[in-house]
Amino acid sequence: MLKNKLTTLFILGLLLSACQSGQERLPFIGEPDIVEKVVDGKTIADTIYPTIPPFQFLNQDSTLVTDRFFDNKIYVTNFFFTHCPSICPTMQRNLLEVYKKYKNDDRIAFLSHSIDFKYDQPSVLKKYATNLGVDNDQWQFVTGSKADIYGMSDRYLVFTSEDANVPGGYDHASFLVLIDHDKHIRGTYDGTNKEHIQQLLGDIEILLQEYK
Amino acid sequence: MKHFALFVILVLVTFLAYLSSCQSNVSIQTAQYAVNGQKIYKTHCENCHGGKGEGLGTLYPPLTDQKFFAENRKKLACIVRHGLQEEIEVSGQKYDQPMPANTVLTDLDIAYVLTYITTTFGGIDSTYTHEEVKSALAECRP
Repeated sequence: MLKNKLTTLFILGLLLSACQSGQERLPFIGEPDIVEKVVDGKTIADTIYPTIPPFQFLNQDSTLVTDRFFDNKIYVTNFFFTHCPSICPTMQRNLLEVYKKYKNDDRIAFLSHSIDFKYDQPSVLKKYATNLGVDNDQWQFVTGSKADIYGMSDRYLVFTSEDANVPGGYDHASFLVLIDHDKHIRGTYDGTNKEHIQQLLGDIEILLQEYK
Repeated sequence: MKHFALFVILVLVTFLAYLSSCQSNVSIQTAQYAVNGQKIYKTHCENCHGGKGEGLGTLYPPLTDQKFFAENRKKLACIVRHGLQEEIEVSGQKYDQPMPANTVLTDLDIAYVLTYITTTFGGIDSTYTHEEVKSALAECRP
């Protein structure tokens, strides 16, 4: 009888530990390239996940910010515009909570791309950031040409488009995207969904563990 | 038997007194307006002004200032219908982000949502009535 109980406990313990080790690493997101290469005369398949290409944009302080700013950091990024009447305020309100939690923690940064390339000049972005309650460069608000910004949104797998038929004139998804040190996408979250925000907060901690 | 009838009456009176005390100072009409207003608030207002009417930083003002509501009661319907372009001051803080118009909301919708906002966040206990909206809208400055 006792032996039976011990066996059950042992199996339960095994199951639990299996679950935990599965949760400790975030997945890589995006369609991978399978590259064949020859090592020691044998052909092996290597899986290469998409990365965010180099970029440069003008930020809220009218200075150029590039992908180098985010080197050796993880970052959370999204797409918005300052006079967006629909999903942005909720998304930014939620991201603000994440920013406040990690304020002055140089392991993590935030990057919001404006998709209103006509109106959201750096001075407009500066005023918006200040009013939102962002007072350091840990959260970058950037503007760029239509081709550059919309091109980047494709790379981050976030839908954006200029559309006169939607309120505000621009249509876009409210996704927050989590990027690692190697510019791989490691998570996407609906920025208007409280449960997704909790998931993001947990995933940030899991990702930070990779760089301890 | 007589005692039983007396007992029943006593119970009924107590029950009615209890019911009316539950209503406190918010009338049934106000409560119904507020329930309808909550749905409208979630669809048209909550994004910017927040689930508890807390606003967002200094971008969007909070909807919790009883004094502002009392002093600007007539303007409220106009602000909801036509939006705001000029700067306003709420609780000593200036806000200058334009507010969009809400042209899809009917006069009655505006009465519902203003009743919800002023009673739930603004500490006011009276209905913002349909008639009040109509007369306020007639006097909106263009």
